[in-house]
Amino acid sequence: MNTDTSLVTRSREENWLPILELAVQEVFEIMVGCRVNVAAQSEHKPNEEFTAMVGLAGSLCGILTVCCDAKTAGEIAKRMLGDTADSQEQVADALGEICNMIAGNFKNKLAGTDDRCMLSVPTVISGGEYSFHSLADGTCMETLVLFEGAPIAVRLQLES
Amino acid sequence: MDKITALIVDDSSVMRKIVERSLRQAGIELEKVVEASNGAEALVALQSNKVDLILCDINMPVMDGLEFVRQAATMESAKGIPIVMITTEGSEAHVVQALTAGARGYIRKPFTPDQVKEHVLPVLGKKQ
Repeated sequence: MNTDTSLVTRSREENWLPILELAVQEVFEIMVGCRVNVAAQSEHKPNEEFTAMVGLAGSLCGILTVCCDAKTAGEIAKRMLGDTADSQEQVADALGEICNMIAGNFKNKLAGTDDRCMLSVPTVISGGEYSFHSLADGTCMETLVLFEGAPIAVRLQLES
Repeated sequence: MDKITALIVDDSSVMRKIVERSLRQAGIELEKVVEASNGAEALVALQSNKVDLILCDINMPVMDGLEFVRQAATMESAKGIPIVMITTEGSEAHVVQALTAGARGYIRKPFTPDQVKEHVLPVLGKKQ
């Protein structure tokens, strides 16, 4: 990466991270009925038992992931569905939709980007024994929010 | 308000439940809810159900929401049924495409029950 690209990448991270955090907070407040707060990443690390991901293609190209432990994913599903959320399938579905809405809300907030950027349908991995390799090698933004005290990591990796 | 039958089209069963709950919270009495997980299933559902309202996502496998709206517009059994899109795709271009294809309303996810009320009641010819 040359110096110019590096500066652009850093500028993107600085400018877009607050937008990503706002997108996350809005989705949780509206769809889960719960306010989440941004936390210091050094103090909390989620046990990544559930990973939801949505691909972005077009003017933004990369992947957005949402990771949390199984208990937190189950609690999110319960908050969205009421007590009817009882299967692992529903838990995965709920987390996938949260990821989808965060990705959509984020791109809709970036002026001039939303028209030329498409989202994939969500994919959800359960179990933490995997390695993640993305070809999106440019900007990487990560925010950590606390949902009822439990950490949820939201990462956006974009091609340079 | 008379009870209605709603067709909810979304590949997420969680979202279908949330949309149904939002309709009830908006004061819309539901006689029956028909669910479909993509546009192709929704077209089949329209042939065997008398539907008063369709709420439809855009990004879905098999057949997306925009293609569904275009094809529904040519079906006799779908004539006059208001379609409201509920989607994460919030761009002006998507709104224009959906409305041009025949949708009557557009709600961006994430959405509140009030937003559902605001967009759905007018297409049902009801006052808020």
